[in-house]
Amino acid sequence: MAILLTSQSRVIVQGMTGNQGRFHTGQMVAYGTQVVGGVSPGKGGRMVDGVPVFDTVREAVATTHADASIVFVPAPFAKDAAFEAMENGIRLLVMIPEHIPVQDAIAIVTRARDLGVVVIGPNTFGIISPGQNTKMGIMPNHIYKPGPVGVVARSGTLSYEIAFSLTNAGLGQTTVVGMGGDPVVGQTFVSVLEEFKRDPDTHAIVMVGEIGGSAEEEAAEHIKSLGKPVVAYLAGRAAPPGKRMGHAGAIIERGRGTLESKEKALTAAGAQVVTMPWQVAEAVSKVLR
Amino acid sequence: MKQYEYLAKQTLASYGIPIPPGKVVDNPDQARKAVEEIGPAALKAQVLVGGRGKAGGIRFASTPSEAAQLAQQMIGMDLKGYTVERLYAEAKLDIDQELYISVTTDRNTKEPLVMASRAGGMEIEDVSDDQIVRRYVDPRVGVEPYFGREMASALGLDGTIFKEFADLVVKLYRIYQEKDAELVEINPLTVVHGHLVAADARLNIDDSALFRHPEIERIEEGSDLERKVHEIGLAYVELDGDIAVMANGAGMAMATLDAIQYFGGKPANFLDAGGGASVEPTAQALGVLVSMHPKVIFVNIFGGITRCDDVARAILQVKQTVGIPVPLVVRLVGTNEAEGVKLLADAGIAAYSEMAEAAEQAVKLAGEGR
Repeated sequence: MAILLTSQSRVIVQGMTGNQGRFHTGQMVAYGTQVVGGVSPGKGGRMVDGVPVFDTVREAVATTHADASIVFVPAPFAKDAAFEAMENGIRLLVMIPEHIPVQDAIAIVTRARDLGVVVIGPNTFGIISPGQNTKMGIMPNHIYKPGPVGVVARSGTLSYEIAFSLTNAGLGQTTVVGMGGDPVVGQTFVSVLEEFKRDPDTHAIVMVGEIGGSAEEEAAEHIKSLGKPVVAYLAGRAAPPGKRMGHAGAIIERGRGTLESKEKALTAAGAQVVTMPWQVAEAVSKVLR
Repeated sequence: MKQYEYLAKQTLASYGIPIPPGKVVDNPDQARKAVEEIGPAALKAQVLVGGRGKAGGIRFASTPSEAAQLAQQMIGMDLKGYTVERLYAEAKLDIDQELYISVTTDRNTKEPLVMASRAGGMEIEDVSDDQIVRRYVDPRVGVEPYFGREMASALGLDGTIFKEFADLVVKLYRIYQEKDAELVEINPLTVVHGHLVAADARLNIDDSALFRHPEIERIEEGSDLERKVHEIGLAYVELDGDIAVMANGAGMAMATLDAIQYFGGKPANFLDAGGGASVEPTAQALGVLVSMHPKVIFVNIFGGITRCDDVARAILQVKQTVGIPVPLVVRLVGTNEAEGVKLLADAGIAAYSEMAEAAEQAVKLAGEGR
């Protein structure tokens, strides 16, 4: 199986007629995702890659019975798009845009909690379930394959690097989840680990973390009771304090969010912590044996 | 985006939070006039680093001529790597008590967090937990006056200070919300002649929200090169090594620095060329690395959305136009890898497929390593 996203998911694309939305709709359809509709205000009635475009999420959901949405609209309009999706019954919401104001993210995540909506992102590459031939995101299609490893990451390209190294080592994936690089995002390592715990086909979990915040430390508490092996790789060993390393969330602030404290907590919880990305696949092979 | 103290204080004042009388000072003559007007004053260097006092960035002037003299010394001085361009002359306070208060976002609970303490004046990290009152804000509810009264009560305040503190919590939360602040902090929040006064202030604005705040003054932070690269829209941080690094994606860029350090090298910078960058921005980014005169340039690309042939074209463009006068190590895998590797090979540049091997080679060429 997979977590959160399956071949049954009925997906709409908000911002489908923009450059990014159009390109990635094509990629998602090619991967096998059930993209049932798109939303672009004022462009209802058009088609993109054989998929009908609607003016509102309300119409799209009424017509297509969509339950999942991926948002590509520019950051200043992302809050509006997220609320439009949530208030119209969308229960899996993938927020691709970078630079969404933190206050907007707080509002989105708070409403999502009340409604039971799963938010992936913002500032994420999305989510992919290779065994289900389904993805909602901007990740390349060819680097994954079905298998027993669950992957949860904060960062896009780094997770591609690691997923591809797993694939090349013959270690496929149930689902790969990108939590997003912003300070406030919908998922935590804990919430995703909990999903992987319940998935009978996930036999090992890879965590790809980085400096900043304390999501990894919180996850460590949870790993003890997970009952599945965890391999963790964290980026940012060489990062100086007080500097944002690209992601708004990747910063060592006032001595907090250092790699040392994260690795220490994870190791103490029984996770296999590796120091370099190319060591992940071998560590996973070992824990699966 | 961090705000200078005087700008943060202007914001506090505009919300009705009391601040000491003060004047912005750009030269010794203005410093003299400021002290003539407000009396004995602290001259505070307006730089975006903490710990100014210890570093000599806060000096006291009791007379106008002393103020002019001190300003002469302070303007242009180097403070923890920042040049002091401007001072803030602020009336000396008779402080009875120092408190602390801040509003920030808690990433784990995904809620605003108000923190307060009676142990003000030092960094909040150095205050023991039992001396800090923490209250999370339900974003659906916000901060009503009762919230402030409860905090004042939890701190054990009474009388006028109780009322003023409760009122201040409401105002500070409004600033946090209405200005899209990442952090708004008053430390110390002082008691002067029985009333609260914000003696120092920090205000950091969420960069992503600047589009809806034309009223907020833009402050450029960082070195000249950092500013230049930010202008072309790329994430860039200067480090103190000599191996220049470019990667696509923030996580990959961080991992690349880690890999260089792992093999004993010293990275010169963090540069994220973007998760899906095309030829032109990649070439611009590479141009920046060349201008840094590093010992080696290391390009580490995992082509997902980024196409390896585009990266190769960018490298060749820079090689042919400005030239690349230092050893170049390229690691190139992923989308359109074969085309990219061939383009480079035709120009005599070998590309690696393994990140570890490439990082080790970059360190070796820099004459570093174990």
